[in-house]
Amino acid sequence: MSQVSEAEVRAEVREWLNANWNPDLSLVEWRSKLADSGWGMPQWPREWYGRGLPMKLVRVVEEEFANVGAVGIARSGVRLLAAATLLEHGTDQQKKKFLRRILTGEDTWCQFFSEPGSGSDLAGATTRAELHGDFWIVNGQKVWTTSAHHADYGLLLARTDWDAPKHEGLSFFVIEVKQPGVDVQQLRQMNGHASFNQVFFTDAKVPVENLVGKVNEGWKVAVTTLAHERRGADGLATPSRRGPRVGRIYEEERLENERANEPYKWYPQRAGRVDLILERAQETGAIRDPIVRQEIARLMILAKSAEWTARRARASQQQGRPQGPEGSLGKLAASHVARACARVHTMITGTAAMLTGRESPRNGIIAEILVSVPAVSIAGGTDEIQRNIIAERVLELPKEPRFDTGPFRNVRRN
Amino acid sequence: MSESASASVEPRRRIQFAFTDEQEEFRATLRRFLTDRSPTTEVRRLMATAEGYDPQVWQQMSEGLALPGLAIPEEYGGGGFGMVELGIAMEEMGRTLLCAPYLSTAVLAANAILNAGTEAQKKALLPDIAAGARRATFAITEPDGNWDPAGIQTRAAADGSAYRLEGVKSYVLDGHTADLLVVAARLPDSGPDHLGLFTLAANSSGVERSLLESMDPTRKIARIELHGARAELLGDGADATAAIRCTLDQAAVALANEMMGGAQALLDSAVNYAKMRVQFGRPIGSFQAIKHKLADMLLEVELAKSAAYYAAQAAAAQDAEWPALASLAKASASESYLHTAIETIQIHGGIGFTWDNDTHLWFKRAKSSEVFLGQPSYHRELLMQRWGV
Repeated sequence: MSQVSEAEVRAEVREWLNANWNPDLSLVEWRSKLADSGWGMPQWPREWYGRGLPMKLVRVVEEEFANVGAVGIARSGVRLLAAATLLEHGTDQQKKKFLRRILTGEDTWCQFFSEPGSGSDLAGATTRAELHGDFWIVNGQKVWTTSAHHADYGLLLARTDWDAPKHEGLSFFVIEVKQPGVDVQQLRQMNGHASFNQVFFTDAKVPVENLVGKVNEGWKVAVTTLAHERRGADGLATPSRRGPRVGRIYEEERLENERANEPYKWYPQRAGRVDLILERAQETGAIRDPIVRQEIARLMILAKSAEWTARRARASQQQGRPQGPEGSLGKLAASHVARACARVHTMITGTAAMLTGRESPRNGIIAEILVSVPAVSIAGGTDEIQRNIIAERVLELPKEPRFDTGPFRNVRRN
Repeated sequence: MSESASASVEPRRRIQFAFTDEQEEFRATLRRFLTDRSPTTEVRRLMATAEGYDPQVWQQMSEGLALPGLAIPEEYGGGGFGMVELGIAMEEMGRTLLCAPYLSTAVLAANAILNAGTEAQKKALLPDIAAGARRATFAITEPDGNWDPAGIQTRAAADGSAYRLEGVKSYVLDGHTADLLVVAARLPDSGPDHLGLFTLAANSSGVERSLLESMDPTRKIARIELHGARAELLGDGADATAAIRCTLDQAAVALANEMMGGAQALLDSAVNYAKMRVQFGRPIGSFQAIKHKLADMLLEVELAKSAAYYAAQAAAAQDAEWPALASLAKASASESYLHTAIETIQIHGGIGFTWDNDTHLWFKRAKSSEVFLGQPSYHRELLMQRWGV
């Protein structure tokens, strides 16, 4: 393949930006240029809106974009997971139809994987798809779907063979969300926010050409999506830009980010806000209580150690060493930190922890921490599943006996 | 790219999150040596003796591997390595529960002399320590078990060019076998809070040493009575409080690393046993109750390792925060080690509570390490104070 040097890439992207970057373009206009030139996703193949560059040269492109303050391709939501999945498993027709509009931000995507009856056990999905002529007819219910209320397309995992074993009767589709058979409803969480949807499918239609991969081989495709989800969807990192930021495109981008981030504005609170602990202990005077001091020290030790453990994992990865156990522990550690934060925030806040909203300290932030932390140990894989993964993959302990083998029809389920 | 931008703003930092290839090689060499020389049969043999170590192994450690002088500067006959290498050595020793006067000689006494001694004293005392020819220890704690130098009662009074020491030291690591004692004592003639560090041969007159019966038989501790024993003052007479604290912090970092070696050995043994032991027709490691416990143990050990490694890196880099991090690492390692020991016994079930099973050897080392140099709650409070909270 192209053995281009760093200097060549730098010169090339710089020249292209000089000729094309213009903050007075609209987002879609600019991102169309990115898609067509391949500079928006330089690690993608040349024939599909990329330039076939290795990851280490992608960083060079990022730097040059940052230097002129250029905006990147659209990356909010699950669009890049969808793109990565289609890139790997999609037909040429699908790539042609979907990839470009993912990058330009014209289409928004969501993911129909989790169901009320299958959370940790994703492959136990019971939403069904049946072939009638040129269409798959979909019936069932999905949940924990972000952005479904304004999505154009969804990645759908549905059962197409009930007599096959669990993982061998699923198929993977792209479904149009805006159609009569798809009913999107907001799902209100215990912290009052509604960041997710539940979605009901009643004879919803998927044209046969929207099957991704082969019939009954959808689990393999879903694994690709999930792997990219764990890797945080590769691509250009959110660039920290230098230089003035004046122009129409920045205003459009700001609105786009605002809309994309709105459902997640409680996420910092979900992680526990360890950053507020010392300030709060000082402002309430709890810092003088020797028991509180012990608890704060414990929490800080935990939080710092979790941070250093993540850095150890990154450092050994950078040195090209095989991944040690430290690389699999981040999520579990984050749960511990969040829970410890909630406990210590409560100790510091005392009776005022009964309050919420404006009455609660820090204009409701403390209350929001206390009612949001329980999500951390569930979302994106429960702590229990994390422990299974650590025990089986890192410590190589034997697997549990299974009760979900044989035809899925006969497997006990909700 | 945001990383390179911030790197140029931040002050020079040498803290590494991965060991170098040389350091990994050093670890591998040590591991081979210790696996060979310190199997649990040897640990059990030595822990039943009063001396508590094998002079031949000590000689090999000194002559072959130059371990006692590892972190002593080259001008005093040492290897000139730093806290990171010392941490690796301690971790490997902790893994096999090596019975040797290493923490006392190479960490506590050597650093006390380095921190407080004059150039002439370092030149006179350290080469023998580095060569392993002289085993030394640091006597700070007294029968009340207080690790804060402010609580020291032992007194020194000038007697010509030397001093006379009066008082009782306790919990002195390898105090019954050491050749040289470094003793912390009050110098009332120089001021009410003035402390000094003194050296004397352990067989001097006026020194009465007795081996204490210790719960952890792999770590020998002694009580030392000083009845007008003649000693030499380390340094030029300045208050030694800072030197004492620094020595204790260095020892805390080293001990935290030693503890992580032991915790890892326990975890390995628990995992292996869970794979092998069959109950109810399946390996107990296939039960989630055991799996999840082991996953939690792994997490706890890795978190505490990160703290121990970071503290060693910070101390080696002379990062201003390092004394706080020494307390952080000590508190973290203490709890992680002991908890790992408790759970390893639990996973072994009944056999884990027997004398014949090796787990209790590590459990007892975990217990003695938990309180030696100050227990976790003490270090958590110290951490808060050192962070200026």
